[in-house]
Amino acid sequence: MWWLAIIGMIAGIALGLKSPLFVPVIYSKYLSVAILAALDSVFGGLRAAIEEHFDNSVFISGFFANACLAALLAYIGDRLGVELFMAAVVAFGVRIFQNIAIIRRGLLKKL
Amino acid sequence: MQGRLAYLSILIVSVVLGVMMAVQFKSVREPLSFPSRQQEILAFELKQVKQERESLAEQNRQLREQLDRTLSGSSPSTDALLSELTMARAEAGLLGVKGSGVTVILNDSIRDVQPGDDPNQYLIHDKDLLTVVNELRAAGAEAISVNGQRLLATSEIRCAGNTILVNVTKIAPPFIVMAIGDPDMLESSLKIKGGVIEYLQIWGIQVEIKKSPPNKDIIVPGYSGPIPMKFGSPVKGE
Repeated sequence: MWWLAIIGMIAGIALGLKSPLFVPVIYSKYLSVAILAALDSVFGGLRAAIEEHFDNSVFISGFFANACLAALLAYIGDRLGVELFMAAVVAFGVRIFQNIAIIRRGLLKKL
Repeated sequence: MQGRLAYLSILIVSVVLGVMMAVQFKSVREPLSFPSRQQEILAFELKQVKQERESLAEQNRQLREQLDRTLSGSSPSTDALLSELTMARAEAGLLGVKGSGVTVILNDSIRDVQPGDDPNQYLIHDKDLLTVVNELRAAGAEAISVNGQRLLATSEIRCAGNTILVNVTKIAPPFIVMAIGDPDMLESSLKIKGGVIEYLQIWGIQVEIKKSPPNKDIIVPGYSGPIPMKFGSPVKGE
């Protein structure tokens, strides 16, 4: 499962670098939060797969909803003058590390 | 596990994630390289334009010399006319003027900016320079130059970014204002209580006024650039 994720990621990066897509600097902050949320979803999915309760619809919806919501939240925070952006970074960062730790333990157990 | 579907969704998700990350890399990296390239182009253009300006100034100077030669080469009957012309040109600022006067040297404050103070207050602005020049004029200065730029009737003293433009030439501190006139009058007009010097010194701006010694003249240079008269023409018979 994880090798599929890596192959997909490499293909995506290649695609993104080749494509003329470009994000203005002002919005790159929101995209970075969205990326964090997406990363969190991916690691969450991998963790679920290792713990063997992976649910496809939860995974897909979580990925897109989290990314969009994180960007939206960061945007709303900017309008309000509150650094909600930081909250998203911290929350997703912590969760990513937690998930990585669980994935690592799961893999070790399998060995 | 839903088998195949799960693999497909993971593939899709990671491709999307990859694209997002790549786009973000590009967006974050791009601004670093972009302005420096533009800066280079602009610097190059600036250099070219400067060279052009210098060559044009040189050309202008030569033409002016030629004109002077042509005028002086004419018959003696035009001598009176010529001296009148010379006077008029000195008054207009096209010829250098020498005589007694003062030299005022202005420089930015050396004092440390206090927290909460506006650092702009510690710099000399176009308005400060204008006030000094205005005082000098009011005190009867006959010819004034700022950093070698003769002030004409049409001269501007204007802020342009972090420099000041005089006669469309950039000047920078220290500003050396030279004025021909009665040295005592000029000096006291600036040093008067509540006057411009006192105000500038509140902010620690360095001001130095040097009166010309009695036996030594100071020279205010003439203006050598073009004076456009595009929209106006002289009214005859006045």
